[in-house]
Amino acid sequence: MEKIPILKMGRFLLVTVQVDMHDQLAMQLQDDLTDKIVATRARGVLIDISSLEVVDSFIGRMISNIAAMAKVLDAETVVVGIQPAVAITLVELGLSLEGVRTALNVDRGMALLQERLAQE
Amino acid sequence: MPNAGQTLRKILSQNQQELLAEWVQAQLSAATLRSDLMKENELREQSRELLSLMQSAVESGNLAQVDGQHWAPALDFLSRVSRSRAMQGFSPLETATFVLSIKQPLFTRLRSEFKSDAQGLADEVWLTTDLVDKLGLFTTEAFVKSREEIIQRQQREMMELSTPVVKLWDNILALPLIGTLDSERTQVVMESLLQKIVETGAAIAIIDITGVPTVDTLVAQHLLKTVAAARLMGADCIISGIRPQIAQTIVHLGVNLSEVTTKASLADAFSIALKRTQARLPQQLGSAT
Repeated sequence: MEKIPILKMGRFLLVTVQVDMHDQLAMQLQDDLTDKIVATRARGVLIDISSLEVVDSFIGRMISNIAAMAKVLDAETVVVGIQPAVAITLVELGLSLEGVRTALNVDRGMALLQERLAQE
Repeated sequence: MPNAGQTLRKILSQNQQELLAEWVQAQLSAATLRSDLMKENELREQSRELLSLMQSAVESGNLAQVDGQHWAPALDFLSRVSRSRAMQGFSPLETATFVLSIKQPLFTRLRSEFKSDAQGLADEVWLTTDLVDKLGLFTTEAFVKSREEIIQRQQREMMELSTPVVKLWDNILALPLIGTLDSERTQVVMESLLQKIVETGAAIAIIDITGVPTVDTLVAQHLLKTVAAARLMGADCIISGIRPQIAQTIVHLGVNLSEVTTKASLADAFSIALKRTQARLPQQLGSAT
């Protein structure tokens, strides 16, 4: 069964969505990620969706929810690599991911998380 | 009537030279003549060509049906003339008059042909009028069509011209907006801004609205959408160039811009952008202070 891998990198978790996200996969990710955050006591989560070219309202909401859940578990969440077309779609759908940090690429996202960690 | 159009045919084939001379003369003395836009030679040439095309069409075809295949060359010529006149800046009236002014010399000829046969004259005049009117209407339609094409092309060009995304500094983009923001333009602006963010990896985008004449709720909403989309790409937006009048309007409309950094001038926005990106100025600039 296909699954979105969650990698642990120091105190952060790295989620790279490499396949077309469908509803089942998004639900699975939601479960896996929350479990993993609790298990590893991660301080930050970086979700890379640069390979995602199409989003619908459900996937948009899922991304937003997953980020919010991670935040509740006290892990700073950064969504990186949103494609221009995806960004426009999300805004038109009214899902501007309020309260979620965003960055252009993994590099920038990592820098954001590290900065955050340094502050604490 | 078996001989319908016969006299017209005869006039067009036998008296073409005189007809042309009279027609051109009438056009040259008319009030609608635009000698500044078109030379006499060109006018004469166009008149001659139309007359000969009309003659061959009348010769072979049906007088009542202008859309038949016999008339195709003449109609083709007319639409070409209309297009070139639309480009040159003629008015629709002047363009239609070009075709309609042939009536007078034609009618004069018809009258002298029929002499006292009022019945025949009336029939023939009606036929001719009908024909020339159709040609005139076709010309006007072609004229309007080509004018619309011109307008559409200009609109497209304006759209492309008016949405430049400028790289001001490392990691800093500027988007000087000029003209009214409608949803179609917002789309273009958004796409080019996001594309540029991907290309340059910019962290801050300054949207300058000095050139936007009015800001209503719709424009504000479009602005906020652009800001939200840029934020999703990891770039912060600063809106600059807000004129006093527009600041008042925004507050009166109840538009919430509190989540966006706003600055009065592009210079202010640029300086705060430099500070945020912690940009290092080149050596010579740094040592000059």
